[in-house]
Amino acid sequence: MNKAKASRTNKEKARAAANKTASLGEDIDLSEYTSAGEKHAYRDNPSQLPAEAKKHMLEAGVMLDDTSQRSGTYIQMDNTPVHSSVSGDGVEVMPVSQAMEKYDWMTDYWWNAVAVDQDKYTANIELSQYDGYFIRTLPGKKTVFPVQACLYLAKDKLVQNVHNVIIAEEGSELHIITGCSTASQEDAGLHLGVSEFYIKKGAKVTFTMIHSWNPETAVRPRSGVIVEEDGLFLSNYILMKPVRSLQMNPLVKCVGDNSTARFNSILVTGEGSSLDVGSRIILDGKGSRTEIVSRAITTGGNIIARGYIEGNAPDIKGHLECRGLILGEKGMIHAVPELKGNLAGIDLSHEAAVGKIAEEEVEYLMARGLTREEATATIVRGFLHVDIEGLPPLLAEELKRAVEASEKEVM
Amino acid sequence: MLKIKDLSVSVEGKEIIHDVNMTIKNGETHVLFGPNGAGKSTLLMAIMGFPKYRVTKGSISFKGKDITGLTVDERARMGMGMSFQRPPVVRGVKTRDMVAACLKESGDGDTINVLANRADLGEFLERDINYGFSGGEIKRSELMQLLAQKPELTLLDEPESGVDLVNIALIGELMNELLEKNCPIQYRKCMGLIITHTGHILDYVNARTGYVMCDGTIGCVGDPHEMLATIREKGYDECINCYLGRLPINE
Ligand SMILES: Nc1ncnc2c1ncn2[C@@H]1O[C@H](COP(=O)(O)OP(=O)(O)O)[C@@H](O)[C@H]1O
Ligand SMILES: [Mg+2]
Repeated sequence: MNKAKASRTNKEKARAAANKTASLGEDIDLSEYTSAGEKHAYRDNPSQLPAEAKKHMLEAGVMLDDTSQRSGTYIQMDNTPVHSSVSGDGVEVMPVSQAMEKYDWMTDYWWNAVAVDQDKYTANIELSQYDGYFIRTLPGKKTVFPVQACLYLAKDKLVQNVHNVIIAEEGSELHIITGCSTASQEDAGLHLGVSEFYIKKGAKVTFTMIHSWNPETAVRPRSGVIVEEDGLFLSNYILMKPVRSLQMNPLVKCVGDNSTARFNSILVTGEGSSLDVGSRIILDGKGSRTEIVSRAITTGGNIIARGYIEGNAPDIKGHLECRGLILGEKGMIHAVPELKGNLAGIDLSHEAAVGKIAEEEVEYLMARGLTREEATATIVRGFLHVDIEGLPPLLAEELKRAVEASEKEVM
Repeated sequence: MLKIKDLSVSVEGKEIIHDVNMTIKNGETHVLFGPNGAGKSTLLMAIMGFPKYRVTKGSISFKGKDITGLTVDERARMGMGMSFQRPPVVRGVKTRDMVAACLKESGDGDTINVLANRADLGEFLERDINYGFSGGEIKRSELMQLLAQKPELTLLDEPESGVDLVNIALIGELMNELLEKNCPIQYRKCMGLIITHTGHILDYVNARTGYVMCDGTIGCVGDPHEMLATIREKGYDECINCYLGRLPINE
């Protein structure tokens, strides 16, 4: 299909879905938000961004003063890309609008892993002026340092529309750390983000996403991932700070034989927040496998933690582990683990547990001399500890710091 | 010194321990015998200060201070340590973290490795505490933690139950280290109170005082080796009848 025709088709589909309520999550009235934000200036050097913004971005894992440990950087404020760069070869980082002009084949990757008419949020993205990041590793290229991307909300009542495309070509290796944060602690913004991942044969992508929104923000990410033969997709998600409303349920299709998808998520929230976070993994390739691990802590807000694994091919294996901790008197956690096997000889399992901290565990630690507060903190830290394989040491260290920060948030 | 005076303890509104008196002097290890359900574990839990075990009468003092109103952690920091019979699994908290918590500032990673090797638990340090541990592994892990904690008063609840003979020797040695080797005789302060059913552990610790507990009261006091022989031969009833009244237990 040629570019113009593909674009017309997408716009038509989007118009038809413009009022389509999402199947999950509170319905957000898009008319309460404006998409006409001011343009932000482009910076050749990301360290020239305002100090305040840099500070917020750093909290979400994005470092701009010293990018020596990054193989690329993309920064978007509201709806304007303000910086993109790469260091070294083998990886491309640019605004997705630029990639659309540069590569004719982009249509193959546009609304392919995510449906443009999934709901009014995807439709709104297609129908607005928007941008996002394009990150691609070339065949066989293995990046050591992660590419970092930041989507930053600066203006009140703004809807940020983002469409990202991530491609790991055959045999390549790509690590991404993406941080989302807001300029103010009060402004009520809306973040809508589509991310389409294409993991080619034998490629490996790790995607570490740190969300540090404010208690007024609403967030609706829409992600789709296609994993080919022997490919690996590893997602780590940390919600560090309370957010008003977050709903996401990324869809991963392990289409290739022996492909793998792993999801770790850590959700920490408080009063006034409502989260509905899950992941759906479809194992279509022979011998494909997945593991979903989620940890949720609430000190007052509501969390729905979902997980869905579907096995459609021989020798697949999937496991889902979902644990929730309610600290304090209020708060709700609803774990929804789902498994669907469409054939004999597959191996799918799950475990789920929701509850308060067991007094018996606290007393056990206290009998070793820890105060009640220390004992509780140790148990919470243990609860949030997830063994993550496959991350480069630097990234593992950063992830650990982010988890420690979220730990502080609840204690 | 540990001094228990006229102690009664209730669990969930029901009095389990009645008017117990006991004094353990610095450097002494005492042994507590008694049939199942006698209240032995309840007494230990009350000494350690678990809130579910409510003192309704009497007092406990430790190192000259009345500790009846202190919390578990305050007692632990004063120098009390206890091995749990059925400790909980704490997911995500590694065995290493537990040993480190016991050590406080008095040791580092190497200290932990040495202790783990000593308890034959080298492979367990990076595992969640008690998760999938066998009976014997739990016992060894509890003793390893106590070795790190170095309590002045060690409370052990059936340290040898459910442990095979090979492991009993190791557990005996760990106990010996805890109560004696680590506390040289000339300034020995370490005290112990051990609940046991078998005599095996008596080979490893120097215990001169034993008690038989029955229905929440201490029936008799005497030499633990003699008591054990009587219990083995004639059962608990005989033992209690025989010793009852022979020793004035309220000094
Ligand atoms: N949590 C509890 N709730 C109610 N009764 C208990 C509880 N723990 C112990 N008991 C009762 O207290 C008595 C003493 O138990 P325990 O101290 O465990 O005995 P022992 O250790 O000597 O076998 C028993 O009758 C037991 O049923
Ligand atoms: Mg008992």
